[in-house]
Amino acid sequence: MISVSLILIPVLTGILLFFSKKAAAARTGALLAAIATLVAAVAGIFFLSPADLSFDANWLPEFGSRFRFSADGMGKMLVLLTAISFPVILVAVRKNEYRNPGSFYGLLLLSEAGLLGVFLATDALLFYFFWELALIPVYFLCSAWGGEKRIAVTFKFFVYTFLGSLLMLVGILYLYFNNPQHSFSLQSFYELKLSTAQQGFVFWLFFIAFAIKMPVFPFHTWQPDAYEQSPTAVTMVMSGIMVKMGIFAVVRWLLPIFPAAAASNANIIIILSVTGMLYASLIAIRQDDIKRLIAYSSIAHIGLMCAAIFAANKTGLQGVMIQMFNHGVNVIGLWVVADAIEQQLGTRKFSELGGLAQKAPVLAILFVVMSFANIALPLTNAFIGEFLMFNGLFHYNILITAVAGVSVILAAVYTLLMVQKVLYGNTSSVTENASETGGNIKWVLVVLVIIVIALGVYPQPVIDLTNDTVSAVLGK
Amino acid sequence: MNAIIVSALLGVVMMFTGIISQKKSVHTAVASVGLLLLLLANLLNHYGLFVIHVDTRGMFNFEQFGMYFNSIAIFATLVYVLLSGKTIEHTGVSTADFYALIFFVLCGVSILSGFNGLLMLFLGIEIMTIPLYILTGADKRNLKSNEASLKYFLMGSFSTGIMLMGITLIYGATGTFTMGESNVIGSGGLIPKTSFLEIAGAILIFVSMCFKVSAAPFHFWTPDVYDGAPGVFTSFMATIVKAAGFIAFVRLYENNTAMLGPTWRILLSFVIISTLLIGNITAVFQQSVKRMLAYSSIAQAGFMLFALYSANDLAKEGILLYSVAYSLATIGIFAILIKMKDYTFDGFNGLAKSQPLLAFAMAVCLLSLAGIPLTAGFFAKYYMLASVVKTGGSLWLVVIAVLFAAVSAYYYFRVIQAMYFKDGEAELMELTPAFKTGMLALAVLIILVGIFPTIVLNFFYF
Repeated sequence: MISVSLILIPVLTGILLFFSKKAAAARTGALLAAIATLVAAVAGIFFLSPADLSFDANWLPEFGSRFRFSADGMGKMLVLLTAISFPVILVAVRKNEYRNPGSFYGLLLLSEAGLLGVFLATDALLFYFFWELALIPVYFLCSAWGGEKRIAVTFKFFVYTFLGSLLMLVGILYLYFNNPQHSFSLQSFYELKLSTAQQGFVFWLFFIAFAIKMPVFPFHTWQPDAYEQSPTAVTMVMSGIMVKMGIFAVVRWLLPIFPAAAASNANIIIILSVTGMLYASLIAIRQDDIKRLIAYSSIAHIGLMCAAIFAANKTGLQGVMIQMFNHGVNVIGLWVVADAIEQQLGTRKFSELGGLAQKAPVLAILFVVMSFANIALPLTNAFIGEFLMFNGLFHYNILITAVAGVSVILAAVYTLLMVQKVLYGNTSSVTENASETGGNIKWVLVVLVIIVIALGVYPQPVIDLTNDTVSAVLGK
Repeated sequence: MNAIIVSALLGVVMMFTGIISQKKSVHTAVASVGLLLLLLANLLNHYGLFVIHVDTRGMFNFEQFGMYFNSIAIFATLVYVLLSGKTIEHTGVSTADFYALIFFVLCGVSILSGFNGLLMLFLGIEIMTIPLYILTGADKRNLKSNEASLKYFLMGSFSTGIMLMGITLIYGATGTFTMGESNVIGSGGLIPKTSFLEIAGAILIFVSMCFKVSAAPFHFWTPDVYDGAPGVFTSFMATIVKAAGFIAFVRLYENNTAMLGPTWRILLSFVIISTLLIGNITAVFQQSVKRMLAYSSIAQAGFMLFALYSANDLAKEGILLYSVAYSLATIGIFAILIKMKDYTFDGFNGLAKSQPLLAFAMAVCLLSLAGIPLTAGFFAKYYMLASVVKTGGSLWLVVIAVLFAAVSAYYYFRVIQAMYFKDGEAELMELTPAFKTGMLALAVLIILVGIFPTIVLNFFYF
């Protein structure tokens, strides 16, 4: 039952918030709902029996589709990530002013519900529903509250992902009609024995949908613009959690249902991913905007995760699991910093920033730690994830690993360039009057930094949590 | 049977109402009550209760499917009259006559959902379309309306001529008015021998039906007629009438495609792809929402044609659900559109600020047309795609359809963008609270069907 409450709390509060006119009420209501969801998630994952996270009810019996929720290790981990992220995001943007705050926070909560639904659904049709439902609120959020070019950019993002999900729908239908049990349940899809020829075509229908969401080169073109133009709170949701939908879905769907096709296409996909890593890293070096730089760096990180999944071995997959969580935490941290700078100084351009470390030392320290995590320095959480993923990739192909390894150096280049241009050097006319950032942002960053270091030193909890998924997926 | 008789009677009643009372609101009220009665009569038919018992001598075949569609069509018309009745009163001079014509159209619709044999098909089509020619020209002093009416009439009669030619050929070849009869006679395990004339006839009828449902490349009349006709009547034509055309189409070719052999699917996939292509791509470039909706109705027809392509149980359920989803959404959009002062996309700028409720209802309707989950339109599209996937093979056709569905999101979302994200003063005519409530109820209904499509389909399962 707890899994249903995870969806219901944000949905109901979200709908209620649409009617609230007061900014303070909307803000507090959203935060309370997000915290309640977090409490429910923590209780469901750590303190209650696994059965509490499952739910099964009649939905569309004629279709063979049931309202079925349950969570394996990966699902739990991502539910936890989502549940942690939303309070963090809401606290971080607490001081920001939004037009129609009721609708803004309402839509944010609806997107949370959609995301949690994606991670919990074990029925293909239900999964598809939530997959789209996570998208619609984000579409409205970006288009209504985003930057100057928001409408066109968000629409590109929307059409891309909508097309992807429709292709996935065709794939789901194909599986359904080849399923002797006439059911949409994920379990029955796992039991399908599809021939290699059948797998080949349908595999791509699914993969394109997921690749657009992640995004993997060459399906990434919507991403930097969308991240840049969205309001930062939404960018955090998109890059912190929504991209995990793609990775999650690859592990959930592609590897177990299409093992043969996944193996035979692994080469192409890994090469695409690695190309994307290098390409995005190189572009990131040339950026003059914090948000765009983080966006490209995110493409590079996601590329590595995608490559490591298709290497299909234990270490690689464990690395992906850890990194999914860590990337969410780290990238949200970076966006928090970016937002803090933009809100205070009104610019994100490196050319206009500089010398911020003198003016805001605490923010600077926290920013540096988050940046180190972005480079995957040892002692930060990302190190262990990247290490395991490169290890997995190494067992797949040494040459590819070597090429992919270059991106680690490039990551250091662009991240340190960013740190240098923002924090050090002489103050500019813009940063002259900068002051220390607000308390809420500091505390959010402190929490995130604690997670970064804690998981960097002791990543075992995440490994333990997701172990069942790794062995189940590889057992196929 | 009830629907045919009662709707024809109600048409006459409406004409007398026009003589008895000059108050237009009375006409709308009588029409609404009449529609309720008609719905009731049709529902009674399901339970075997007849107004008059008529022996149709095999000219009709009233099955669940057709009667159920009647209920849908009548219900949709009721929704339409309730939402747009006020606008009908303001169009032209003779409101009662318009309602009478609408009842005659419904009579044609119920003939089409029950016909057995080509003669009744022909009658149904004619009874349905002739009132439409008049409704198209209802705005007597508007030249565009006149032009549309004349165009529609000329093209309509032309295509009816083609259909008659087809019927003649089939009658000449087989001596019956039932298509595919020779197959039934000849089905003894051997491949039935079909004469050339019969095939030619079947194809001519196919062309004519494509014309009626505005499938490309026979769609050219659609944008002009839909654009020129008064908005209220476009709404009626583009929804209920179009769906009825599809029901007739599906019923006609349900069991008769064997004689056309593999050619049938090639022919049909050509029509489907060109309909999707022309409808969607042209809709993208429109500046007027009304014209965009005309092309969108062509695009949606492309999807409905899948029911013909797959011709299985899912297709039949699907076309019913599609009729519901498409009709409700389009009626809703038109109901708001005809209240707008400016029919261009820019005319909708800022509607969400001045009329949040209407904008929400409109957005739900548009999302439904685009086929986004949680709206009725999703399951409509779902059914169409599923029915084709179920036939096995033809996955390429489904993928093409899906690509065009993504294109369609572009023009539907343009309206949403205008309403929600652009600044402007959307100007509306006077709105009654009842209208707003009605639109909200419609939106709720669309969402409800989108979560539980079985509330529409359950009827079919029992």
